[in-house]
Amino acid sequence: MVLYVLKRIGGAVVVLWAIVTITFFLMHAIPGGPFTQEKKLPPAVLATVEARYHLNDPLAEQYADYLKHAAVLDLGPSYKYPGKTVNAIIKETFPVSAQLGAISLFLAIGAGLIAGMLAAWRKNSWVDYTMMIGATLGVSVPSFIIAAILIQLFAFTWPVLPAAMWKGPAYMIMPALALAAHPTAFIMRLTRSSILDVLAQDYIKTAKSRGVGTTALLCRHALRNALLPVVSYIGPLAAALLTGSFIVESIFSIPGLGRHFVTSIYNRDYTVILGITIFYSFLIIFMNLIIDMIYPLLDPRISLKKDKGV
Amino acid sequence: MTERDFEPIAIGDIESIYVPPQTLRQRGWQQMKQNRLAIAGIVIVTIMTLLAVVGPWLCPYTYAEQNLADANAYPSAAHWFGTDSLGRDLFVRVLYGARISLSIGLVASLINVCIGMVYGGIAGLAGGKTDRFMMHIVDILYAIPMLLYVILLMVVFKPGLVNIYIALGIAYWLNMARIVRGQILSLKEQDYVLAARSCGTSSWHILTRHMLPNCVGPIIVTLTLSIPDAIFTEAFLSFIGLGVSAPMASWGVLTSEGISSMRSFPFQLIFPAVALCITMLGFMFLGDGLRDALDPQNQKEGSR
Amino acid sequence: MKPLLDIRNLSISFKTYRGIMEAIHGVSMTVAPAETVGIVGESGCGKSVTAHAVMRLLPQETAIYSSGTIYWDGQDIQALSENQMNELRGRDMAMVFQDPMTALNPVLTIGSQIREGLRLHGSVPAGQEETQALALLQAVGITSPEKRIHQYPHELSGGMRQRCLIAMALACSPKLLFADEPTTALDVTTEAQVLELLSQLQKKSAMAVVLISHNLGVIARMCHRVYVMYAGVVVEQGTTEELFDGPAHPYTQGLLASLPDPDHGDKELQGIPGQAPDLFHLTAGCRFYPRCPRAMHICTREEPPAYTLSDTHNVRCWLWCPERRNMT
Repeated sequence: MVLYVLKRIGGAVVVLWAIVTITFFLMHAIPGGPFTQEKKLPPAVLATVEARYHLNDPLAEQYADYLKHAAVLDLGPSYKYPGKTVNAIIKETFPVSAQLGAISLFLAIGAGLIAGMLAAWRKNSWVDYTMMIGATLGVSVPSFIIAAILIQLFAFTWPVLPAAMWKGPAYMIMPALALAAHPTAFIMRLTRSSILDVLAQDYIKTAKSRGVGTTALLCRHALRNALLPVVSYIGPLAAALLTGSFIVESIFSIPGLGRHFVTSIYNRDYTVILGITIFYSFLIIFMNLIIDMIYPLLDPRISLKKDKGV
Repeated sequence: MTERDFEPIAIGDIESIYVPPQTLRQRGWQQMKQNRLAIAGIVIVTIMTLLAVVGPWLCPYTYAEQNLADANAYPSAAHWFGTDSLGRDLFVRVLYGARISLSIGLVASLINVCIGMVYGGIAGLAGGKTDRFMMHIVDILYAIPMLLYVILLMVVFKPGLVNIYIALGIAYWLNMARIVRGQILSLKEQDYVLAARSCGTSSWHILTRHMLPNCVGPIIVTLTLSIPDAIFTEAFLSFIGLGVSAPMASWGVLTSEGISSMRSFPFQLIFPAVALCITMLGFMFLGDGLRDALDPQNQKEGSR
Repeated sequence: MKPLLDIRNLSISFKTYRGIMEAIHGVSMTVAPAETVGIVGESGCGKSVTAHAVMRLLPQETAIYSSGTIYWDGQDIQALSENQMNELRGRDMAMVFQDPMTALNPVLTIGSQIREGLRLHGSVPAGQEETQALALLQAVGITSPEKRIHQYPHELSGGMRQRCLIAMALACSPKLLFADEPTTALDVTTEAQVLELLSQLQKKSAMAVVLISHNLGVIARMCHRVYVMYAGVVVEQGTTEELFDGPAHPYTQGLLASLPDPDHGDKELQGIPGQAPDLFHLTAGCRFYPRCPRAMHICTREEPPAYTLSDTHNVRCWLWCPERRNMT
């Protein structure tokens, strides 16, 4: 068990290193630099600034230097906001995103599971059809359109909710809804088909032949098996919420990490882009690791001792 | 009853009704036909494709034609969808957006499929160490949030249609590779492959006649379901300004332009948004229907 | 003696995406207490459907009980509510399924699945369940049951899983056990063991058994009476001796003739030519006539009624029609 954990952590470190490397070289493949975008600085000033940030050193040196700092979790200074380090930026903005993300996560899992179970239980009834239509819409309508519709309805037509900013519970409702729409719909469809799949299995028939009643059949026998695919989805779910936050935070002007990432792309702020990318990747890898640990606890068929790979 | 009744029938007299067994394709098609949503999906996709290909030629305006005097006009007989802030006819821009978005969806997905099929096919067929090594790489790449990379790639490449094709194409092939490899691995063990081999069939023949036809199902389903993904990703890229460059109009560009003028001229958002959503729905229904129909295990008595 | 199970004229259809298909037609069967009855026939002939129908295990959305009644201990069980049916299932009648791999819930231990049956029907006082479960596992011949009871299905072999299934089915000492091809998925040695186990258990508890199989050897060994089914219809029924010594229906004759003869090793194997009919495209008349070596003109027009050959022996075949006897 311990060996398994160590192996997975080792793998995670390799992935992170790969990410750092790829992103680093991608960044430096962009023509121009962080200081050539806006005002035309006189060449002398440009040279001084670039020297201060070691931008003229050979690439390999910059890379080694960056790795050294990254290993001790120092992600460097921001180019666009001198005096601010990337770490500080992350510390400032991440809690907001984390709040939004956590609310959306629980919303997605909770609503998705309940809706999926209802739809499977009342298969082919009007409840099922309404749920499925809702789910299909949620999966195919892009989140920014949902956000726009929500804003139009609840901030302007019926002014009950604020349209932007992040200053209290009321501000969280619409962004969370917009962010959670797609994952909720996905989980709902997944749960429904998973439950239906499980209900068609032989062991359900065996349990029924022993006289197990419908409720016990659903809750005790079917659910545990049916929830397994949903648990495996939580990893990609975290990734989806993360990338979805870019749009939602931008539309709702929420001072979160996602919005900052988007602006740093516009600004060609190398270190911030690099730093946030690494941070995000770390988060996702971490979530996946946790899920990989939890999953075998739920499914006795998966043994932690043998790492069977794919 | 007469004596004749009890006379034995000669073998030739018996007309047995021979009903040829249905092929997988026939059963699949029959199941699809019953699935109303899948039919709706087919209809939507066909209509959209037709509109995309033929539509812009039928319009009196082009997508780049500006007429500032007519800017922000409401829908009318002259401009069916109204005009945008630069006086360009919105109807033709939406149709043109269909072209761009659909082509992005299709081309990117095809690139994904090709790369994925080749990679997964080689890994699956080779087996052993090669397979493990190749899949390790896939595992590593899988852990990277791809959207971040698409964004970074677009920043490097600079916005543009061809670059979008490439960026989307090379980012999302991982899933397809896994699926193809999984299919080939399981097919390799199937009894009919062993049977074919024991009859002396060549490997190439086994691959083309036995394995690939069995892979086609999941490949088509994944392809169909990844088209809306690609369209959505492009829309997202346009939203943050990394999509196709003006004056080209993809639905993503149109919707992001529409959002900024949402309060004053809602129709500028509604038309492209509706077009986008309907198309994505169409592909989803189609993909779902194909998946239900082509999966041989789904064809049980009394399913649905 | 009043039969335990009395199926009269049962017909069941299914809704499929190709239309409505009649799976069994006019099936009548009886099972007396402590009797072993066999149902034999090809795959798809309706044997499993009959058994599932009695226990109401058919998928509710697609199964149509078009006609017939099922009497259990004199009572019409089709009229029972689902809750009442649940009480019958497991306590009075139980089923052992064909595929032990898929018939057990992979996320629950063997022990908890056995205890569930015990708990539901209150056969043992609370607290005694574990001991009773251990005793059951031992009775079905599982070694070191204390270890097995905490294991998961995927940790056991196929033969052991089948024994566990039997243990679960017998947990509450049912009066009737349906064994739906219980040994088809097992190798020959394990098959012999499981069959031996079944007959021992049956003798011990005077339980009736309905043994469903396509294997004539298994049927011959275990059953007192046999029903032969073809394309959803019972074509012949009788005691094992009557059927094996003097099969009346050409299909039964064909089945018996197709068994390999160990005494004449060089004799060519005989099959029954043709294929089972497509139940969506049934012809008029007897369902077997396209493959019957003794088909007559009347067979193509009308379905034969059941003719009695003895107290226990019936056959649905025009060959045994009394009018024909008179004519020849």
